[in-house]
Amino acid sequence: MSTFPTDFADLEPFADWALATEGERYAKRLSSSMDELQAFYDAVFPRLEPAMAYLDAHDLNALPDDATRLLWLCYSLINASFPIEVWRQTRVPDSGAAAVELVVEPAV
Amino acid sequence: MPHFAKPADGSWTEHYPHLGTAPVSYEDSISPEHHELECKAIFARTWLNVGRVEQLPRTGSYFTREIAAAKTSVIVVKDKDGTVRAFHNICRHRGNKLVWQDYPGEEVSGTCRQFTCKYHGWRYGLDGGLNFVQQEEEFFDLDMADYGLVSVQCEVWEGFIWINLDPANETSLQDWLGEFGTGLAGYPFDQMTQVYKYRALVGSNWKLFIDAFAEFYHAPVLHAKQAVADESHKLMNVGYEALAYQLEGPHGMVSSWGGMAPPRDLNMVKPLERVLRSGLFGPWDRPIDIDLPPAVNPARSKAWGIDSFHFFPNFMLLIWAPNWYLTYHYWPTAYNQHIFEAGLYFVPPSNATERLRQELACVTFKEYALQDGNTLEATQTMLESRAVSHFPLNDQEILLRHLHKTAGSYVEAYQKELATGVLT
Repeated sequence: MSTFPTDFADLEPFADWALATEGERYAKRLSSSMDELQAFYDAVFPRLEPAMAYLDAHDLNALPDDATRLLWLCYSLINASFPIEVWRQTRVPDSGAAAVELVVEPAV
Repeated sequence: MPHFAKPADGSWTEHYPHLGTAPVSYEDSISPEHHELECKAIFARTWLNVGRVEQLPRTGSYFTREIAAAKTSVIVVKDKDGTVRAFHNICRHRGNKLVWQDYPGEEVSGTCRQFTCKYHGWRYGLDGGLNFVQQEEEFFDLDMADYGLVSVQCEVWEGFIWINLDPANETSLQDWLGEFGTGLAGYPFDQMTQVYKYRALVGSNWKLFIDAFAEFYHAPVLHAKQAVADESHKLMNVGYEALAYQLEGPHGMVSSWGGMAPPRDLNMVKPLERVLRSGLFGPWDRPIDIDLPPAVNPARSKAWGIDSFHFFPNFMLLIWAPNWYLTYHYWPTAYNQHIFEAGLYFVPPSNATERLRQELACVTFKEYALQDGNTLEATQTMLESRAVSHFPLNDQEILLRHLHKTAGSYVEAYQKELATGVLT
């Protein structure tokens, strides 16, 4: 069974980035190498606008499971964009021991 | 050369002469004894914001708040008649914490018909009244009417729930919030129900984090890397000036420009921001039209981007030009530690694109907050070295001067009452 809608089958190698919560996405970012993050970013960034167009054709509150996973993948792209576009490292610079936990987030 | 006009007095700070302009002592942020006084003089006596009415959607909906600075836990609940009530979270029988799960120190929320004590099964109604006593006949002259939950003053302003732990308090919430409260009324907080909440244990005095968010002087420097290189360089050369500052009793506000939603030039922002049309300042496209109430953008500037209201002691409310809002709470747990809470509130997204734009705003917020949080620990530890005692605060740091002065005046008033025997 494919993780994402058929139109996005090319993203299957990144299925493990389709994570439901911000905590999981942030943890995956921190445990990835910069090379892995770059490969993920390079593959998914060009697919973001097509994904937005695809998802917008659906009711956000009644997304099929494969579309929900595509949306999660887009959330992961947002999280991974900071190491790639800004920090040049996985962690926020100078953030040391600081931890900020997301305790309430939308269901979808 | 100032970019924005200052008051005729020459500076924002001198517009409020009681503040003075001398360097400020930070002993109030590193002394355990002073912290104990602040807890009693401030947190046990002033109005504290504890949440929003959306957290209590139904009759019997409740949540608890741990108020370490006042050494108590409070239950906030929606009663049968829709009234929001607050009680100390303690069973009248023998003092067990009434509402908790698994870990007594953790906050909980839920919906119930009544509160039942885990210890001996005493039950209380949503109005706090004692409804049932296990083996009532074993007690001596027990009148159940005398053993309701201990109520806490609780009032709602624009959907924000506030408590005051001082039974002798005579200041209404409306009077406490003053002109800021009146001037913010009518902002559609109730339409912004898509919420993200963050929490962090921060190794600094609570006032230091308020300091960090009460000035934007740090933004071009600490957060330099968040903008693309050229823009970052430009920002650092220009520095930071606010549109306006206002003080209202113990509270204060800063009104700021913010040209990033949308940016003047798309090359100023990161590639993902260009695609999503969103960033730290929120989604660029406004979801609803709002007639801003008078307290917002007091300078009526076209460059306006954000207003940050600090309600003394520990609540900040940030109104952003692209029509969303942010809350900060700072709950002291020790002289050198506090729990920081942030809430980001948006109009619920109507499709995935809007949802992704909000996600980008939230993730960006967290990246900034991580930088801010760690800087505070670095500040706290060096303040505690006491190698330096007084620090020069510039005109863009007027709210910090006001905060420390206000907190100090509450402590002084409290000590005076202790000395004259008004308090026992």
